[in-house]
Order: sequence, then structure tokens, then C-alpha cells
Amino acid sequence: MLEFMEGSHAVAEIVKRCRPQVIAAYPITPQTHIVEDLAQMVANCEIDAEYITVESEFSALSACLGASAAGSRVYSATTSQGLALMFEVCFNAAGMRQPIVMTIANRSLGAPLSIWNDQQDSISLRDSGWLQFYAEDNQETADLHMIAYKVCEDHDILLPAFVCFDGFILTHTFEPVALPTQEEVDAYLPAFNPYQRLDAENPLSFGMYATPEYYMEFRYEVDQAMQRAKQAFVKAGREFGEQFGRDYSALVEGYRLEDADTALVAMGSICGTVKDAIDEMRENGRKVGLLKIRAYRPFPAREIADALKGVSTVAVLDKNISLGNGGAVGTEVKSALYGSGISVYDYIIALGGRDVRKKDIAAVVDLAEKGKGDMFYGLRTEVL
Amino acid sequence: MALRVGCVAAPGRALENKTGGWRVFKPVFDPENCTKCGMCAMVCPEGCVRETEEGTFEPDLDYCKGCGICVEICPKKGIRMEKEEK
Amino acid sequence: MAEVEGGCELFSAGHRACGGCGPALAARLLLKATGKNVIIAAATGCMEVFSTPYPETAWGVPWIHSLFENPAAVASGIEASLKRQGRTEKVVCIGGDGSTLDIGVLCISGAFERGHDITYICYDNEAYMNTGIQRSGATPYGASTTTSPAGSCSLGNPRPKKDMPAILAAHGAPYVATASIAYPNDFVQKVERAINTPGPCYIQVHTPCCTGWGFESGETLNMAKLAIETGLWVNYEMVDGRVEKAKKVSRKPVEEYLQKQKRFRHLFKPARRDDVIAQIQGIADANAERFGIDIKRKESSE
Repeated sequence: MLEFMEGSHAVAEIVKRCRPQVIAAYPITPQTHIVEDLAQMVANCEIDAEYITVESEFSALSACLGASAAGSRVYSATTSQGLALMFEVCFNAAGMRQPIVMTIANRSLGAPLSIWNDQQDSISLRDSGWLQFYAEDNQETADLHMIAYKVCEDHDILLPAFVCFDGFILTHTFEPVALPTQEEVDAYLPAFNPYQRLDAENPLSFGMYATPEYYMEFRYEVDQAMQRAKQAFVKAGREFGEQFGRDYSALVEGYRLEDADTALVAMGSICGTVKDAIDEMRENGRKVGLLKIRAYRPFPAREIADALKGVSTVAVLDKNISLGNGGAVGTEVKSALYGSGISVYDYIIALGGRDVRKKDIAAVVDLAEKGKGDMFYGLRTEVL
Repeated sequence: MALRVGCVAAPGRALENKTGGWRVFKPVFDPENCTKCGMCAMVCPEGCVRETEEGTFEPDLDYCKGCGICVEICPKKGIRMEKEEK
Repeated sequence: MAEVEGGCELFSAGHRACGGCGPALAARLLLKATGKNVIIAAATGCMEVFSTPYPETAWGVPWIHSLFENPAAVASGIEASLKRQGRTEKVVCIGGDGSTLDIGVLCISGAFERGHDITYICYDNEAYMNTGIQRSGATPYGASTTTSPAGSCSLGNPRPKKDMPAILAAHGAPYVATASIAYPNDFVQKVERAINTPGPCYIQVHTPCCTGWGFESGETLNMAKLAIETGLWVNYEMVDGRVEKAKKVSRKPVEEYLQKQKRFRHLFKPARRDDVIAQIQGIADANAERFGIDIKRKESSE
């Protein structure tokens, strides 16, 4: 049954059903409604969880790490400056193989300070060992949380994950969302069964230090777990489809890509606008398609190369910039398409919440087809 | 031996590191005047002073680093340091 | 006192601390107090590094190290998790003075403000020892460290020790204490009291460092005792914010303590700095006054 609700509220409702035992969160725009909704649920005894009002995001993730190591399923949410403050703990949590799921309400990073959307925050942690999933709409946001817990807690994976959805654009908009029942979620996502935990009955030392003799092999093992996560996601996404009727077995998803000459590549809510723009362009006889990236880490290089075979021009929409080197997604897509002969262009777009409309997508396609790319799209040159 | 996920280890393996090899001086315990107060065992940073069957104490020379804290703490001055011949 | 199973120390030998290490003794004593039913959240630092080079761990109890500044936040999460699971293990943080008084203040303040049922032990060797003896907020006035070195225009560390026990008592901690490895049974008893007091409790234990302070390894406990006897370290307890039971001493002049450590050598050589010594004596006198540690001499009967 579809209910009309705010994106943040959908996340809170789904997280409640995932039965975290410990929630630690620090408020930051535009994630606040999630943590507020969860706090109200805890206050009404709707969730059986400890809710820790931590003193910073750094502490939020540290507390989640401790609780996870002690054997609890945990949850947190953050964005932008808060995620940046968690930087140290993010690397630590992945290295310690704790299956923490954290919502990222994507927001730009200061300076200059901005509360508006882009994907710089989570993308800037792409080296950290966290799985990264990007949602196009609020339904997908909700669904990806359940799938994330399942993938992370797999004893062959044991990695933390970001579930990313665009700040304000998704967090604060109301969309129809189908919420599963508690029984349905329990059937899909069983109780947390930690691979190892802090336990006086079976003492272990967690987080020892590794000399040069061992460090590299530990990092290799994290990378291997990341690679295995591709299959784990596909499997969990397929099982999700079988149970709930919405299939998530694809790390990347094509839209009208089959006979496309030009393909756009994008992540997150912008895909919705792109799909509408594509439908219009198609009506005008232009053969354009979209490759939506759902899983950004582990990076689905092979899946991207396979999906874009036969396309001659690719335009990557980057809601981020790796300063000094262009967009992160564009750089990685170019790497995935190396040797294919496809022309790949990168467009830095919509940073800091700047609006993107269908005509902007069409304009990007025009630029790409004319061979003009690797640029910022839509700069207000009058203020430069 | 394969790495344990997350850089985790079970107790016990520190004992493989025989720190007795660090010593320059070793403690020599005199059981004759020992009052069995147990202070030497209490304050050894290695925890390697053990009780004998008679209730007196002796160092575990596999681990003793020869720091000399036990010498200082013994109320009967019953422990002395000796240069170790290697 | 908690039993140690079958003669096996919960903090085993084979760790890589310097011979004569004060913190190593504190770790052993801590586990004697807690017994097996404990989870330790440790900070990066000397104790963590010398006790856990993969795979040689010296800890016989569940132990977790995350980062330098966050054991209190990690412990907050552990405590919350145990509460939900209905488990009884005590949660104990352990960090050095650098971690506790400086970089970790954020997390420890938050944890204490929220009132988690944890015990935080700070082993105070008065500098960042693991990284090579740099100055911390606990470095005493006039001590030479590598980042507050004595020199032709410096007398060493220009600031007194940060009063962390008072800060945490101000957070409403039900039990705050200072201790010293010079009095090991006292430290063990205080740990037992702290772990059995509901709410966030704090113990700062003085653990002299022969390597960092510059004295012979066998002198560690003597040095700790002298710190107390001069009044530069006071052993006391604070219950619900009020000082109770400070250890009384027949006070010795601070010079006896300072002379024995290389980190204060600049106060004597090449020339005596009586001005600085007097200031340090002033700190000891102020401690004595504040905590009432001077044993009152009987009235002369002449």
C-alpha cells in the first residue's frame, strides 16, 4: 500500500523496521528529520533501541562502531560537514569490518558553507572501504537500507555502507512510498548475527596494530570483500525483488539504452530528471539513453563497460568535483571505458543545490554530441 | 596462519615474545628472609614474578626485563640485581 | 579482590613495554580489579601499542582499540549495546593523559554528560610518551619535553597540569578519584569502587615513565611515591563532586623529586633556577592547602 510521505520519514520508518539496537546520531541539515523521527519513535517505544544523543558526528560513528563490535545492529545518518568530521572513523570502521549502515543525505561541502545538495560528501570517501549506494527516489532510498544491512552483515562481506539520497530533493520531498510490514522485513532481514564480538565469554582483541609485515594483507582482504560485495548486492537485490516485487539485482541500470547513440551516466535523484528529458528527446527522434549507477562502491567498471557497448558518446553528470581533476564519476567511467573507442565527456553540474532542468540535460547532450565536454555546466559567467 | 578478519586476535600470543632476552641485569631472589608479602609479584610490570610451592617468590626469567622494581619494593631487601652473563 | 584464574594473568607477559613501565603495571592492576567480566575500550598510545602488535595481544579480556581520541565514544556505544542485550560486562575505557586531557576531551565530556555507566581510567605519565615524549595538558609546570624543551629562553612547560578530575566531577560524575601505582592496592580498590558505582566514573592514575622522565627503571614506584610525598600528586576521591579522603603525607620539599628526573635537570644545571623551583613548590603548597594533605604536627610540649 502506497503512503504519501517525506523522504526522511520513509527512511526513519524503514530503519525502525530493520530493528537497530543502537542508534547514535547528531543533527545536521538536511538529515535532521530522520533523526528526529527516530527519536520520537524511541520515545513512543516503537523501536527497541538505545538512542544516543552524541556530542558530534565523530562520536556518533565511534559509538556505532563500539555498539556494533559489542554485537548490536546499529544505525546513524549524516551529511556534508558531519561526514567530513567522521572521516577518521570511516576508515577505521571499514578496516575493523563493522557492518554499519549509515544514511547520507547528500549535501555539498564547505567552504563556502552550503546546505544544499550535491554528492561531494559521500564521493569524497570513496577510498574508505564503505559500500556506497545511490537512490533515485524515496522508494529506492527506503529499499536500499534493507538491502544494505543484508549485504553488510553477510559474513563474507562485513563492510559498512552509505545509503545516499539527495539532500532536500529527496529528504524533504513527499512521494508515494510502499512501506513493508515488520513481518516482511523480518523475513528478508534476519536478526543480526555478528561474525565476532566483544564478549567476556570469548575474549578477543579488536583493532590491534599491524606492522609492515601484515598491513598490506589486511588491506587486500578489505578490497577483496569489496569485490565480493558486487555479487552479494546482486543476490540480495534479486531476493528483495522476489519478496517485494521491486528488483534491485543491478549495480547499474539502463534506461532506453538499448539503441542509444548517446548515453548519459548519473547517480541519484538527477536520474529522474534525466529520464524525463530522455523521453522528450526520444520524441524528437534523438537516440539518447541513461545508465544509472546504483552502486558506486564497489565501482561496477565491468558492468558499465558492458552496458555502454554500442554507444558512441557518453556524457557523465558529476554532482561533485575532484578539484584539480574533474568529476570523480566521470574519471572512473573514463577508466572503465578505456580502449572502447567511446567518446566520454564529464560535466560538473548542480553543485551546491543549483537546479537542473530537462533543458539542461538536453543541452549537455548537445554539447557532448558536438565534442565539447570536461567542463562545468551552467556557470554564471556574469559573476566570474 | 591466516589473518583474522578486522585485525583481531585471541588472547595468549603475547607469551610467544620472550622478553627475557632484553635484560642486562637479572634479579636474584633470596627466599630465606622472604615474609611472603607478595609485593614483588604485585608490582612487576610484566606479571612474571610467581609464587613457589613454599609461598616465596621467584622471577620467570623468560620474561623478566630486569627493570629492578622488585628490588626497590621488597621490604626485606631480599632481592638484588646481578649482571647477567650471556 | 578479583581472582585471577589458574595463576594466569589477565594481562600477560610478553608485552613490549619498556622495562620498569608504570602504565604496564597499571594495566595489570586494572585487570586484577575488574576480573574477566569486563570490556576494555582503549585509546591509541603506549599501552595500546606495547600490548597489541598483531597477532600478539597481552589482553586476556575483550578489548577494542579504535582511534586515539574516541574510547569514551566507543564505550558509550558498547554500554548502550550491552544494555539492550541484557549483558553484565563492565565497560572500562583506558587512555593516556594525551588522549584523555587533550584530544579526547570531546568524547569524554559527551559520555560523562550523558551519564553512561562506564569507568574511564586515565594513565597519567604526563606527556605524549608513545610518540616520543611531547608535552600534553598533563605535563607539569617546568618539565622539559620535546615540544616544551628547556632552552636558553625557555624554562620548559609553561603551564600547570589541567585539572581533569575537577572537570569530570563538574559533569556530575558520581565518583572521581586520583590514584598512583605507588599504592597499588589503593588503585585496585578505587577501580573496584568505580566499576561498581553506577554512572560515569573517572580515575586518573599516576604512572611515572622512566624513559620519558629520565630515571632508572627500578625507581618507578619510588618516583610515584615521591610525587605524593612532595604534594605534586595528591591521591584523593571525589564523591558527587565533593573531595573526600585525600592521602595525608609528611611533606618533603619538591626539590627531592625534581632532582631525580632528567626532565627537570635544567632547573639545576648548568645553574640552579630557584625561581622556577619555588614556583613548583608553590604548586605543591597549593595542592596541600586545597586537599588538606599535610599531617598536622602535634603541638610542641616544651
